[in-house]
Amino acid sequence: MPLTVFLGMQYDFQWSVLWTGGRGEWLIQGIWTTLRLSALSWLFASFLGILAGALRTVPFAPLRALAAFYVEFFRNVPLLVWLFFWYFGAPQMLPRAAQDWLNVHGPEFWSAVVGLSVYHGARMSEVIRAGIQSIPKTLLEASIATGLSVGQAYRLIIIPVALRLIIPPATNESLNLLKNSSLALTIGVAELTFMSRQIETYTAKAFEALTAGTLIYLAMCLGIAFFMGQVERYFRIPGLIVRVGRAEH
Amino acid sequence: MSFEWSVIANNWKFLIVQGFLGFGAFGGGTLRLAIPAIVLGFILGVVIGLCRLAHRPWIHYPAVVYVEFFRGVPLVMVIFWFWFLIPQITGQRLPEYTVALTAFVVFEAAYLGEIVRAGIQSVPRGQIEAATAGGLSYGHTMLHVVLPQAIRNMIPSLVTQFIVLFKDTSLASIIGMMDLTKAAQTVSQREIRPFEMFLFIAVVYWICTYSMSCFSQWLEVKMSPERAPSKRAALRQAAETAVA
Repeated sequence: MPLTVFLGMQYDFQWSVLWTGGRGEWLIQGIWTTLRLSALSWLFASFLGILAGALRTVPFAPLRALAAFYVEFFRNVPLLVWLFFWYFGAPQMLPRAAQDWLNVHGPEFWSAVVGLSVYHGARMSEVIRAGIQSIPKTLLEASIATGLSVGQAYRLIIIPVALRLIIPPATNESLNLLKNSSLALTIGVAELTFMSRQIETYTAKAFEALTAGTLIYLAMCLGIAFFMGQVERYFRIPGLIVRVGRAEH
Repeated sequence: MSFEWSVIANNWKFLIVQGFLGFGAFGGGTLRLAIPAIVLGFILGVVIGLCRLAHRPWIHYPAVVYVEFFRGVPLVMVIFWFWFLIPQITGQRLPEYTVALTAFVVFEAAYLGEIVRAGIQSVPRGQIEAATAGGLSYGHTMLHVVLPQAIRNMIPSLVTQFIVLFKDTSLASIIGMMDLTKAAQTVSQREIRPFEMFLFIAVVYWICTYSMSCFSQWLEVKMSPERAPSKRAALRQAAETAVA
């Protein structure tokens, strides 16, 4: 392989390290773990987000306070700290049987799932709350005035509008979850970032390994963003322009 | 399982003075990283945001690529890139602190740039047209009409992003910088008290971020009297209307 001048330094590019010696399989395994971790966490996070969002509107004050505490405490602490907490700290609190189950099924992966779900559930609930709050009260009143029952008004008017309003920020938040799943490498989950680091360690070819990881993340994020953009356009309500909360990550 | 909270008091100086503030033999420090990262990231963010609004394609498109690239890549990846690239470019290993700071500024500027752009775009066109019609130059229009309104609109997202950046500084521990997270890791390994340690630093991080978010709410109310009028202002307005 020829030495190439790279940023003023001699650097010997060897792109073949990415697919020779079984390292192609490493990358594919890494992608698979990243997708599995993100998808599972996304499901739990959405559930927790909807639950916390709903609890914040119930008339019973202690439940409201509990939901508010969950959201404010978990989303305002770094995810990395939560991952360490759930991986190193929390399992010792579990009963013996649960600890044994965890040790058999891989404590790294499940701690990462719990950490990502609880953290992103808190953030997701804020997205859902903002979406619901952006619907004017008059919409419900107008629906009822046209003769719909409250149930019908929710089923036919409020929820379809709310879902559409939530699509862009929820997509953004889901992409954050995908990107944040890379932190699981710190507790030893063999996801995509972990695998590109491993290729770097074995071959000492950092440039190639990091490029592969970066491009795969870019492709996943841009792909999902493009697809959801199409969905958003397809379900768009004419005359209702909403573009909120795109910047935060 | 019993708790031993004295582990916090015993390591207080190492955790707070060294880890959180960054005074000590290891350098680093969460606050010592977060404050310059926020200031420098904001400056670069303003530049990126203005470039993205520029009409010349050779200024506009590089800014678009910059923003879209960094928004599609995890921060950990960016930190690893700088960890590898900086020694390649400078020919020497720099301290973890410098690597982390560079990575944060470059990464966060992409997000902050989007906020700056949205803030400037949120100012209605009529304002610019009115200012121009009133005889103001482009510079004066920007300085006296557009930016004051844009900054007010930006504040909530800007502070949210600063909070995110503050939380992200914990990732500097991955490349070995001695911040609060790394200090807690070190103590927890030595004392085998992970539960107490990580819960403690979670509370420390939470106090910082939550007070930032309260400050942002206060600032938002203070800077937009038309949206949330104080009682006195409302009374005065009512009195004026009555007189008129």
